[in-house]
Amino acid sequence: MSQSLQAELESAERELITRVRNGDREAFYELVRPYERSIYFAAKSLLANEADVEEAAQEAVLKAFTHIGEFRGESKFSTWLVQITINEARMKRRKDHRHLYESVDELRPDEEGDYWPVDFADWREIPSEALATRELREALLKALDALSPKHREVLVCRDIQQLSVAETAKALGISENNVKTRLSRARLEMRDALAPGFDGAWLRGRKYNKVRPW
Amino acid sequence: MRIIEISCVEVWREISNYVDGDVSPELRARIEAHFKICKHCTAVLDGTRNVVRLIGDGEGFDVPASFSRRLYSKLPKGRL
Repeated sequence: MSQSLQAELESAERELITRVRNGDREAFYELVRPYERSIYFAAKSLLANEADVEEAAQEAVLKAFTHIGEFRGESKFSTWLVQITINEARMKRRKDHRHLYESVDELRPDEEGDYWPVDFADWREIPSEALATRELREALLKALDALSPKHREVLVCRDIQQLSVAETAKALGISENNVKTRLSRARLEMRDALAPGFDGAWLRGRKYNKVRPW
Repeated sequence: MRIIEISCVEVWREISNYVDGDVSPELRARIEAHFKICKHCTAVLDGTRNVVRLIGDGEGFDVPASFSRRLYSKLPKGRL
């Protein structure tokens, strides 16, 4: 977003926030509506169950409403909202369904090992029609779900929600370096999961030659 | 400018930053020189770019209709 557009948006939001502080509920809906998608994906990046996603999102919206007086405008309003949502989602993971979600992953320090691609398939070989198929969309979702939560969170923030590195770091409470290393791993794992050598479902009968590095 | 060679492993380490345009000019020159001679890393680059494009095009991921409807249901009723 251009700087002048950004400044306009912030000014409009500041006005809405003032109205919310004065008890104007309509202003709150106006404020949050543009970011409903961001809220959804922030919660979804951490929670597997749709009901949990909804619950965490509703709690986040309630928190934003009751704590609106604490928003100081140091970050963007959308970042603040996403931060609250991610905190709610994290609390939900730990509290309600501890036995269902892995917590080990959060305690482990960032991996030190280098990434090795599994396949060097050339994506330019995939016809563009194939890229638009439903199968590929489903494979995309599956690959996303297969990522570990700490990788999925960063990918959702950076590549779905288009937050900057700084905004992502702030929203997730991690360093900018961690944002970059985790994003790198997430993207490369997604690439591996979707590379034709794995599955080839979207090549539809075209002959495909696997290219392994060893 | 003499370009120092870079290994495939180093390229993979930086490919995500490279896609985001987040590498120094020297590093970018080394990486691009490497792509010229390494079709495997070029393939990884294309795949990574495709993934970023697919994820970011806003089409693959839908918010359920009920989600928006119920999002504000926990807010206290009536004016504050």
